[in-house]
Amino acid sequence: MAVHQLSAEELAEKVSVGVPDSLDTTSINTAENVIWVKSSKVADVASFMKSDVGLDFNFLNSITAIDYINHFEIVYHLTSIDKEHTAIIKTRLDGREELSLPSVYHLWRGADFQEREIWDLMGIGFSGHPNLKRIMLWEGFDGHPLRKDYL
Amino acid sequence: MNCVLGSDNILNDTVLYRVIYEAVGNVLPCGLSYVVAGLAMMMILVNGVLVGAGLFSWVERRLIGRFHNRIGPNRWGPFGLLQPMADLVKLLTKEDLTPKSADRLLFAIVPVAMLAPVILTMAVVPFAKDTALANLNVGVLYILAVTSITSVAIFMAGWASDNRYAMFGASRGVAVLISYEVPVVMSLLGVVLLAGSMSLDDVVSAQNVPFLLVQPMAFFVFLAGISAELNRTPFDLAEAESELIAGFHTEYSGVKFALIQAAEFGAVLTSSAVIVTLFLSGWSGPFSEYFGWAWFLLKIGVLAFMFSWVRATLPRLRIDQLLAFAWKFLLPLSIINLFATALEVYFLRDDAGTLATSDLWVMAGINFGVAFACLIIFGTLIKEKVRPARLITGDTLSAVEAD
Amino acid sequence: MPIHTEPMTVNIGPQHPSTHGVFRLRVTFDGEEILEVEPIFGYLHRGTEKLAEERNYTQIVTLTDRLDYVSSMINNQAYCLAVEELLGVEVPQRAKYLRTLTAELQRVASHLMGIGFFLQDLGTLGTPLMYGFRSREKILDLFEMLCGARITLSYMRPGGVFFDAPDDFWPALDQFLEDFDIEFEELERLILENEIVMVRTRGVSVLPLDLAINASVSGPTLRASGSDWDWRKKAPYDAYDRMDFEVPTATGGDNYDRFWVRMQEIRQSIRIVRQCVEQIEPGATRAEVPLILRPKPGTESYGRVEASKGELAFYVVSDGGISPYRMKVRSPSLINLTVTEHLLVGWKLSDMIVTLGSLDINMGEVDR
Repeated sequence: MAVHQLSAEELAEKVSVGVPDSLDTTSINTAENVIWVKSSKVADVASFMKSDVGLDFNFLNSITAIDYINHFEIVYHLTSIDKEHTAIIKTRLDGREELSLPSVYHLWRGADFQEREIWDLMGIGFSGHPNLKRIMLWEGFDGHPLRKDYL
Repeated sequence: MNCVLGSDNILNDTVLYRVIYEAVGNVLPCGLSYVVAGLAMMMILVNGVLVGAGLFSWVERRLIGRFHNRIGPNRWGPFGLLQPMADLVKLLTKEDLTPKSADRLLFAIVPVAMLAPVILTMAVVPFAKDTALANLNVGVLYILAVTSITSVAIFMAGWASDNRYAMFGASRGVAVLISYEVPVVMSLLGVVLLAGSMSLDDVVSAQNVPFLLVQPMAFFVFLAGISAELNRTPFDLAEAESELIAGFHTEYSGVKFALIQAAEFGAVLTSSAVIVTLFLSGWSGPFSEYFGWAWFLLKIGVLAFMFSWVRATLPRLRIDQLLAFAWKFLLPLSIINLFATALEVYFLRDDAGTLATSDLWVMAGINFGVAFACLIIFGTLIKEKVRPARLITGDTLSAVEAD
Repeated sequence: MPIHTEPMTVNIGPQHPSTHGVFRLRVTFDGEEILEVEPIFGYLHRGTEKLAEERNYTQIVTLTDRLDYVSSMINNQAYCLAVEELLGVEVPQRAKYLRTLTAELQRVASHLMGIGFFLQDLGTLGTPLMYGFRSREKILDLFEMLCGARITLSYMRPGGVFFDAPDDFWPALDQFLEDFDIEFEELERLILENEIVMVRTRGVSVLPLDLAINASVSGPTLRASGSDWDWRKKAPYDAYDRMDFEVPTATGGDNYDRFWVRMQEIRQSIRIVRQCVEQIEPGATRAEVPLILRPKPGTESYGRVEASKGELAFYVVSDGGISPYRMKVRSPSLINLTVTEHLLVGWKLSDMIVTLGSLDINMGEVDR
């Protein structure tokens, strides 16, 4: 059986029940099958998606940060190894300075290096990450090079 | 014949020395020719070992090249034979670095301390009839004493370099050398019991049947122990390249590095020579009156080839497994072998205390039986740790084979 | 006198024969035993993701070559799949087969190298490595026939592959397949059941399945821990849905199992190559796509493949321009390294080197 992606409606329904008031309905949904989550609720939603029996997302594929000048978008790609389905959740962070998201390190150890990388290259902090320091560049490097305003 | 050595002179036993001394004595005063002959002996010894080491480095590189499906060094000279010279020139012209924080004196002594025992060992090995450079009556003991210097040299290298990799290598090297010294000595005792003498000349002449056949277990233990002392795979922990860069000689460069390399390659040859003398009946063979040296070189060549072969094939053990192998496997084997040999000698020898050739064959039969029994017992004991619990060729493979 | 010892901190790397590139581990030892370990990398960071924002979609293919430089084909494939999904392009059948075939050959080459260096780390003086290189060399020759390059191939393009295989490629491939069976069997006989390999690797640095999944470990490393997760099976791309192959798994999760799974995967890959040769039919090798690609604004895609090291994915976001607005590389080597600390602490220096070899990381991909 091939892995299938959960539809946004199905996912949104379950998440809004599991973690009330977590979905961000103001963002424009550009891509298909993506649910938007309020940035303060990311860890709660992730925790729900991991522990919910029907969703069971035990595998974190990747975390990506995208710089849209006025805001940042963080994308989580998730997979359930047992249920064989995938999902994408997104969140947005407004502004450019002192950005912070709740870390999902304690849910998925695989987030360790990826959150450090986002901090290093995009300058988004993750509260609750035990070892948040630069990973590709050295401590003391000026700026966050993957941002659109860095050169 | 102006000069003749007195029969009470200990050098009288060393035929080669006497020949040189008498030849030189025809033109020089006796006192001077005494010294000249001695210097000539040293020249033969040092150059023989160093040239041999250089040659062996080429042989081994070519051999390992073949094992690797490569060609190996083939450019400089016929078949690349001058490659060792090229290497030497290159290393001599390299900068001779000493780390800033090194203990300079110790650091400089190490290459010499590595090379000296290798050369000295060769002094007592007879490479044809009556041609040992020094026919010591305690030859076996001398070899054991001299080769132990290497462990000191290794530790000096590790300590003087002030490098953590070198320190790792040195501590491993010392642990290995000390552990393996015990089974090696124990296995040699069997040979000494059989020959009834510690002189290598006597050991060779006692081998009407090669001691490889009479003492299979001692041979095996000695071979394993010597590989460990030579720092060659699967026991090359002291300089484990993939772990410790170069181990104890990480910091050595230029001419010092060249000397250490010469010592390592030379050590293979001298160890092979020792094994040949102790277990493979040394220079004896058909026509050994005239071609003893050829038999000797041939046997060394076979052993050196085997060392290269093992080196190219086997992975390396871990330090705890290596020490366990020495203490839990080789040592019991060598003790069993020693007791078996002692009992056999006690019951089989005649009144004069000598063993007839037929007795040696009987002992060979018994010892092979003991060796197989021991291998089976110890093999089953360690088998559980080695063999996989599940079958290697499982379902996934059988499907492929069905294709 | 009581014996006094103190821990010793050693920097393994960035220049070290066994760190597989410029990788550094700051390790605290108690004698030979590892107390603490911290992986440090970034020495090869070239900012591939930033560079991609300045190049057009076709040019980026060359950047992907330089990620995991021993499996360029698979990198090309992942990137092309992502861009094709972005554009909604359908790839011709022949191109799909050619991609599958080359990707599997590349997997064999990469695994041979991974196994070779793993055994090199075990101290084999390079004999199994050279056995592997003998076959790898022939694969590179085949690639040279396809596209003129041996390492940085850039053979695939969004929409297919750049060239069709030349006529003499197929006999050469048949010859290779014939030789490979013999050569690989030699390697297996040499090393697969070697006692020293067994005692050195079995039960060492065990990675339990739940930790492997939790730490997003993928590829042979995950499958050695007991999962059968393989994107080629779970979400078939290119021609994998028509291929009959198995996913080798082991349950131990130790160094030996990681090595063993790679050995078995080589067999399966060769099986796939054979099927490709049988099934491939003449036809176009590249869809009609413009030279300068402009996906619709706001589209995004996550193109993932089962690379030789694990799940390799390119997350590409378009703003309608000629180059991606953002391209994220999900590199398996980097994420597999998450478990280093768990795998290494408590084991010895020698085991550490071997365990790193069994993870089969590639610094080009870790640092990007």
